[in-house]
Amino acid sequence: MAMLQITGLTHSYGGDHGVLGGIDLTVPDGRLVSIVGPSGCGKSTLLRCIAGLIRPTGGTLTLDGSPIDGVPDDLAVVFQDYSRSLFPWLTVRDNVALPLRRRGMSRPERRAAAQEALESVGLPDAGRRYPWQLSGGMQQRVSIARALAYRPSLMLMDEPFGSVDAQTREDLEDLLLQVHRTQKMTILLVTHDIDESVYVGDRVVVLNRSPARVHADLDVDLPASRDQIETRGLPEFVRLRAEVGRLVRGGGRSPGAEPADTGTASDIVTDE
Amino acid sequence: MRYRRIALGAAGVAGVVAAMEVVSRAGLVDGTALPPASTVLGEAAKLAVDGEFLVDVGATLGAWFGGLALAVLVAVPLGVLLGSVPFLGTAARALVELLRPIPSVALIPLAIILFAEPTRMKMSLIFYACLWPILINTLYALRDVDPVAKDSLRAFGFGTPSVLWHVSLPSAAPFIATGVRIAASVALVVVISTELYAGGVDGVGIYLSDTQTAGGRTDLLLAGAVWSGVLGLVVATGLRGLERIAFRWHTARVEGLA
Repeated sequence: MAMLQITGLTHSYGGDHGVLGGIDLTVPDGRLVSIVGPSGCGKSTLLRCIAGLIRPTGGTLTLDGSPIDGVPDDLAVVFQDYSRSLFPWLTVRDNVALPLRRRGMSRPERRAAAQEALESVGLPDAGRRYPWQLSGGMQQRVSIARALAYRPSLMLMDEPFGSVDAQTREDLEDLLLQVHRTQKMTILLVTHDIDESVYVGDRVVVLNRSPARVHADLDVDLPASRDQIETRGLPEFVRLRAEVGRLVRGGGRSPGAEPADTGTASDIVTDE
Repeated sequence: MRYRRIALGAAGVAGVVAAMEVVSRAGLVDGTALPPASTVLGEAAKLAVDGEFLVDVGATLGAWFGGLALAVLVAVPLGVLLGSVPFLGTAARALVELLRPIPSVALIPLAIILFAEPTRMKMSLIFYACLWPILINTLYALRDVDPVAKDSLRAFGFGTPSVLWHVSLPSAAPFIATGVRIAASVALVVVISTELYAGGVDGVGIYLSDTQTAGGRTDLLLAGAVWSGVLGLVVATGLRGLERIAFRWHTARVEGLA
């Protein structure tokens, strides 16, 4: 498990148009934090900075106390676009096993670990097939298995369920909750789906429009064991969903939350 | 569906053969200038068991394969280098675009001066002709590798050489193979043209020009041409078949069979 600390993170892709406008965020060990915000607000850029895929223009990022410089060791990323992220020339099992080369495992060890990860996402028999022979939902399960097999302490997910149908989406959300319960890792989930952010998160961090800052940071006070029908009917779920919805849309003041005003959003330091 | 395509293709060939036969037999053109298709095909059948002609075919294919192999060995690594190191790619671009359109045939006189030995001369021209399609396909295929695919492996801490080996090369491979197939067809044209123009001892092109020396036997010329066409067809179909087998993942995705 890992603790992630982000202070004053800024980024701009050349020119003066800033994408990230000073993000402060602390994610303690073993939490599942949803990051939600309007489309194009810089959520993905934030994730790519944490993953070490891009070097931010300013601010500091530390993982377990050491600054992130390049891709951190115990990290895995699940991308939205599984069809581009999985390698079509490799079988499902080889896709899952490939990153394990970095772990210095022998070939039989890698295969065994891949099989185990595939079983944990409910695909025990898919190993010999190719990703493009599977449905979208199954392909995203393979992506998740690939991340799990790597045994990361921090898993980043960039709109992982954005390209699948509603039913599959619910199944994958439950899979994620189950993984989080059993594998004890820190998970950061970027999404634009407000329901999803509340349903899967221990905490929901709302970003505002770019240059993105943390607009609000809400604890999700729902039972750890969640159910698609029951949980979504709970008054607390309904309240949180409405609140996150208001925050994402308007950036206006929301009743019952900490003061969140676009003008002073940069001053909100979110610490547990 | 497949059989229907083959049947239609065969019918097309038969139609053209029949038309040629009629045109020649009916005296619409001079029968010695354009002999009937049956005569041409008869001569072509004789050539198939003619030892001398088979030596010619062997020489042509040998030079073809040698030049192509050499071009693959040079163009693929060079394309990988230019495609994955952006500033090198940009620096080389003008030169590549300038050299690429020069027809190999235009360089035959130069090749004759540089290489006295006919096989080496042919191979050098084939090499030049094949270099460009393979180089360009490799270069662009590497440049167009999906960034999401590369990031997927980078995010697991893989460095640039590993990403090149595990992601860029496999994903570029089908396009490189297409470049090789295009080059192979071009090479066959180049090798026969070179033999026709520059002469030598053995080769399909030499055979073709020999048919015109003693009185001019158009039927023999066309019989040789038929075999040149067959060679081209066999090479292209064979390579296409290999591509389909080796890159099943690519064709399946492109054709939406998944």
